[in-house]
Amino acid sequence: MPLVDIQNLHVSFPQHEGLVQAVRGMSLTIEAGESVGIVGESGSGKSVTCMAALRLLRHPPSRITADRLSLDGVDMLTASRRDLARVRGKVASMVFQDPMSAFDPVFTIGHQIVETIRAHTDASLSAATDQAVALLDRVRIKTPLSILNSYPHQLSGGMLQRAMIAMALSCRPKILFADEPTTALDVTIQAQILALIKDLQAELGMGLVMVTHDLGVVAETVDRVVVMYGGRVMEEGPVQAIFDDPQHPYTRALLNSIPGRTPGKQRLTEIAGQSPNPANPPAGCPFHPRCTVALPDCATTAPATRQIGPGRTAACWGLT
Amino acid sequence: MTAPVLELRNLSKTFQLPRKGGWFAGHIDHHAVRDVSLTLPRNTILGLVGESGSGKSTTGLMTMRLMEPTSGRILIDGADITALTPAELKPYRRQMQIVFQDSYSALDPMMTLARIVAEPLHIHGIGRAEEQTEQALAMLDRVGLHRSYGQRYPHELSGGQRQRVAIARALILRPQVLVADEPTSALDVSVKAQIINLLLDLQQEMGLSILFISHDLSVVRSLTDRVAVMFNGRIVETAATETIFSDARHPYTQGLLSAIPVLNPSDRRPRRFLTADEIERGIPRLPGAGPTPALHQVSPGHLVEAVAG
Repeated sequence: MPLVDIQNLHVSFPQHEGLVQAVRGMSLTIEAGESVGIVGESGSGKSVTCMAALRLLRHPPSRITADRLSLDGVDMLTASRRDLARVRGKVASMVFQDPMSAFDPVFTIGHQIVETIRAHTDASLSAATDQAVALLDRVRIKTPLSILNSYPHQLSGGMLQRAMIAMALSCRPKILFADEPTTALDVTIQAQILALIKDLQAELGMGLVMVTHDLGVVAETVDRVVVMYGGRVMEEGPVQAIFDDPQHPYTRALLNSIPGRTPGKQRLTEIAGQSPNPANPPAGCPFHPRCTVALPDCATTAPATRQIGPGRTAACWGLT
Repeated sequence: MTAPVLELRNLSKTFQLPRKGGWFAGHIDHHAVRDVSLTLPRNTILGLVGESGSGKSTTGLMTMRLMEPTSGRILIDGADITALTPAELKPYRRQMQIVFQDSYSALDPMMTLARIVAEPLHIHGIGRAEEQTEQALAMLDRVGLHRSYGQRYPHELSGGQRQRVAIARALILRPQVLVADEPTSALDVSVKAQIINLLLDLQQEMGLSILFISHDLSVVRSLTDRVAVMFNGRIVETAATETIFSDARHPYTQGLLSAIPVLNPSDRRPRRFLTADEIERGIPRLPGAGPTPALHQVSPGHLVEAVAG
């Protein structure tokens, strides 16, 4: 039984401009201990997929349907509040992009980590505090006691992100969802946090879902990649294969648009046009209006996801 | 030789921060920028690189006279603008414009895009109202937004589109110098590439010189001619962009370069991270350098902070 089993997930939100279709038929399975990167741009549905998997979206107003949506065998669509509380933290936990808004500004870091531990276990206050110190130590914070007594505004973004990772690990989750955990950080701090997440994943034998728009982050951290666009999966495969031999035109365009790949001041290969409007997505393949190799079929019918190699799938009419 | 279009001479900025211990505990001096000298030759792009807190944005704000330097001088086209009054400064403002990272807070939400982009013309009294609007629409068109966008408001746009508007507003006066403070940091990869290309095209077309402030060395590599690296308020290394990538000498520059995410999973490697103290202790020791750390030329155009050793 896979740890994460998502089949044909649809998520939409009623808005003024109509029904915003954030995820449109997403499937993803993750085995225990695996690391998977979900890559996509703003509005591709990558974050919403994770939020839906953990049932962190209020529902209604959001509309979530799926043929299957389970974490560690628990059906997340029908789970009771009690089951959800158990799954969140013990099976899966999440680290968000902006640690400043993820922490409550009026309580100390220590208070918030201890509160999390005590909500999920029957540890005493002093035992939970000891655990919190050990967790901060684990995320390589050199002065855990002073951090425990600090308020969020007193810490740097990198330090806060470490504290949030510590909190996410407090109940030994089987899988960590990291939603753009380094996007708000400087390059050097980003490198440190990514190294930390990778090390922790190996130490704890934990699964990892790294959600990012940055292919460099993916190249650094995960074994398998899922490329999303317009609420759908465009391509999926082992990370090395995706980088060496991208098959979907969107994956190729995305790789080509990375700045600084070759020496010298030069124009980049940009992807012309804009991301699709999720309230009014184009018919057919969501990428077809920007695709340089689109076929007539691409504008009318969405291509099915097909096997294109060992462990590799893609959804593109050009690959049939 | 003509004067560089922008020159910073020994620019410093000291902030006085309250000392811990209450209202009457006095203050401590925080040296955000120390003795920074830079020249921006005409029609080039200079990257100013460093982390949060390195002083790069403070340098950008002082360059624009949006913040007063504690000491040092700012020269635009050879003219010293450091001490000019706002009225005296106004003609120079036409020569220098800025684009910020957060395009959302940089654009007035109550104004249409046409008015936003035309506002500099209005302020400087250039042309009649209809001409101003017409120029603004043409400029929007030039940065890749159809003229029909003129009637829209900032909230209707994506981040990339708002940054295009900010660039249009900055360039409508045809300035000689553009300070761009992390204009691509908040953008998605494909949008980032679009904005980089737009800046490169506009630089060529308009003969623009750009001070490009960024912590993203990948973007800097594709966009700039030269790089100056800032650390703790000082410039610790400056060279032609490719020299920085192939022959960085300062430990801070080397650390920044090694922190760039790899471009292929096969290049993954363990990294060592230097603390600020280790960087300070690792300042290169070079024969011929002075007794205190200062910029020292290691090859033509390549300067690195060094001490005698």
